[in-house]
Amino acid sequence: MSTIQIPPRIPLDDYSSVIGAGEVAELRTLAKPLAGRSVVMINSTAVGGGVAEILNRLVPLAEELGINIRWEVMTGGEDFFEVTKSFHNALHGAPYHPEQRHFDIFRAYNEKNAKRLPLDAEFMIIHDPQPSGLISYRGGNGNHWVWRCHIDLSHPHPAVWKFLENYVPHYDAAIFSSPEFAKQLPIPQYLFHPAIDPLSEKNRDIPPEFILDVLARYGIDHLRPILTQISRFDRLKDPVGVIRAYRIVRRYFDCQLVLAGGGASDDPEGATVLKEAQNAAEGDPDIKLLELPQWAPLEVNALQRASTIVIQKSLREGFGLTVSEALWKRKPVVASAVGGIPTQIIHKHTGLLAHSVEGTAYQIRFLLSHPDIAGRLGERGHQHVKENFLITQNLKRYLTLFLKLGKSS
Amino acid sequence: MNVPEAPFEFFTVAYLTRIGNQSAGNLEELLAGLEQCSDASIFHHTFQTLGSHHFLTEGFSNDFAQWALAEANRDALAEQFAALDIRDYTSIAALRADLCRVLRDFITAFPQFSHQEALDRFYFCESVEETMPFSLTATNLDEFRHGVASISHASFHFHFVTSRLRLQFRTNDFSRWLAASLGLNSLAETINRIDIYTNTLDSARAKMLRLVDRERRKYEHDSNPAQDSAR
Repeated sequence: MSTIQIPPRIPLDDYSSVIGAGEVAELRTLAKPLAGRSVVMINSTAVGGGVAEILNRLVPLAEELGINIRWEVMTGGEDFFEVTKSFHNALHGAPYHPEQRHFDIFRAYNEKNAKRLPLDAEFMIIHDPQPSGLISYRGGNGNHWVWRCHIDLSHPHPAVWKFLENYVPHYDAAIFSSPEFAKQLPIPQYLFHPAIDPLSEKNRDIPPEFILDVLARYGIDHLRPILTQISRFDRLKDPVGVIRAYRIVRRYFDCQLVLAGGGASDDPEGATVLKEAQNAAEGDPDIKLLELPQWAPLEVNALQRASTIVIQKSLREGFGLTVSEALWKRKPVVASAVGGIPTQIIHKHTGLLAHSVEGTAYQIRFLLSHPDIAGRLGERGHQHVKENFLITQNLKRYLTLFLKLGKSS
Repeated sequence: MNVPEAPFEFFTVAYLTRIGNQSAGNLEELLAGLEQCSDASIFHHTFQTLGSHHFLTEGFSNDFAQWALAEANRDALAEQFAALDIRDYTSIAALRADLCRVLRDFITAFPQFSHQEALDRFYFCESVEETMPFSLTATNLDEFRHGVASISHASFHFHFVTSRLRLQFRTNDFSRWLAASLGLNSLAETINRIDIYTNTLDSARAKMLRLVDRERRKYEHDSNPAQDSAR
């Protein structure tokens, strides 16, 4: 177990310039009755991945509002994380052969962590399947336990979901990122959108010279259209499908494709997928496959801002926060209608949805031909993110949840 | 201008979205859902969604219209759903009745579409509301202006749009107080006519503030006409 040291905080008032003073005042109003009350957030990783990124920002903001909040990370051996990775993939619908040993490992590490983690806060928020078994060690102090599931459970492997059903119904509530992911459960299920931080390095405004610098570093021509997909090298993000769509677009437009992300150096599957993408690229100098170190937030920011169109052609997706990142930068986005993406991309209002390689290529061609429409979609997309997918909205939802749960006790 | 008996109290509001157990994959199922879902669900997909998508001022009206257009590919039905103006309703029951009527009429006219599968399902959700005072009150037009300019989008939407359901009148909290407490009937009426479908919450608020400013100038002039004519 380790309590996470939060990075330097951004004062809540700094967000006034982005969302308005009224919204910040509202957060302070909602938080007043919660001052001094305890919250513990538990997940399975302190760095990397969307959940850690959100908690890194959410926890200090809640702390500033006077809430006694702690973020804890569960510990586990390689065997535990191998099991939970297969669970993760299986819950996303990947093939999986259940073994009793896997379930025993899961239970053993949850038990071990239960002995070391503080489980007595008034509000216990447990993120994702890895620590979900902690509910078995709930004490008798009447505190509120909420399971926050960030992954797509719409087509879970039956054996893994059946196993998790030993735990989930014992929570007081569950939170999902899309209504599609919710299950038939005897507890209330809420919809929380994940969120981006507009003031983080990945999303804040950056000087144009820096953007040009990054493009030059990676040999990208800023004078020709740039199509970009930012995501891990993962089959579910379909990098090869993106290359196929780009090849169709290339018949009509002299453009470049940038596929940038991490996950290839520390993940054997990521390395294989990167290799597959390299093979599909066939040495085309206008396809840039960039393996970014530790997600390099400023580089990601620059690449998104430099893009003419941002693509997110996932085959499955939890929420796909890279879509919100691009929309925040007023970029037109073409994305697959999977997972939480349609919540972000309201078709023809805040971006364009596609259901195939050919559809993706068609929508890209349409936007390259109609830059005025592309600009309007990007502007509305920015407004959509501002209203619904910023960290301050996420904080507001948690405050509302605590107020509701607090009243029910 | 009258001296108000009671101040205007600004509230803030926050919503949790509760995911329901119903979903619809075609028009027939959508009708069943519309008939059976909770009032909080009808509210969520109409009143609440307009607030969270207020920046879409071209063609977005409610979740049912958007689903009919984008997922069920039924433009004519989407148009009919979108034409239902929530300002005409002071009860969820009446709004639900009209939503069902529109869908039933469409299914009767085009039965061939009633079981056609949509691209994606419609998931019925509910709004769970939490309100609390904003620690901001107004006893005159100046304070009222300051309050309206200071509140959040959610608070503005709460007082300006969803208030109809609470008041059970085709008006809003702002207009009601301006008329009943300050006797500013004309200002109240003009504010009530601001179109929330073609304005964002920001532009609706800006229009309201301009109207309030015009009224304030009128009173400044009325209370000190000599100063004005001396200019």
